[in-house]
Amino acid sequence: MTVKELAAALGAQVLVEGDSSRRVETGYAGDLLSWVMARLPEGAAWLTVMGNLNAVAVCSLKDGACILLTENAPLDENARNRAELEEIPVLRTEAGAYQTALRLAALLGEGP
Amino acid sequence: MSTLTLRYQVPGDDFTRAGEASSDVKRKLKQLGYNPDAIRKVAIAMYEGEINMVIHAGGGEAVVDIDPKQVRIALIDQGPGIPDVEKAMQEGWSTAPDNVRNLGFGAGMGLPNMKKYTDELRIETKVGEGTSLYMTVNA
Repeated sequence: MTVKELAAALGAQVLVEGDSSRRVETGYAGDLLSWVMARLPEGAAWLTVMGNLNAVAVCSLKDGACILLTENAPLDENARNRAELEEIPVLRTEAGAYQTALRLAALLGEGP
Repeated sequence: MSTLTLRYQVPGDDFTRAGEASSDVKRKLKQLGYNPDAIRKVAIAMYEGEINMVIHAGGGEAVVDIDPKQVRIALIDQGPGIPDVEKAMQEGWSTAPDNVRNLGFGAGMGLPNMKKYTDELRIETKVGEGTSLYMTVNA
């Protein structure tokens, strides 16, 4: 499924459209950037509350599919600008990481 | 391809620009058709190094040599130095201040990530004078 399809399926807000034709291969959740930097799988939708510039850098460097902000976490203005520049899609949901991950796993057929 | 040398000034205390050098190196390696696995390793190791220089050292200089066989990264700062390198290499050990932790850093994964994702990591550090990190990633 593409990022665009994921946004529609989750009813997520699209904060930055970016390259939303990117395929979402899997998901990953985490907020400590160095931790995520070491582990974010390529093509993953990344569930986080970190809406800062460095989160955009991590997603870009690791070729994540998109940033998925949970619990309506804010996206900083400079992060939004960088995401637009680097075409990193940024989505946002009201639900927390746990609920969002469950839905994502079901959509990707990765559930238990 | 002969050796290509790239030089960057990493600004101190400016998180808005941290990651610019590693992003640029990643882009150049892609253009050169470098092995994707090596590109990933270079991107991770260099980003961690850049962030460390911003958090701890007030910035510094990054010099990256790229040739067909390997990428060599030198990160040189005139910061406070690392008093205990052995501790700094342990996962989870961090001396990052709270304002940096609030940004999602300070997990104590910086140097461990650099070691994990490079083929060679050499640290030269002197308290009060600065730190030089030399990393090699084979293609």
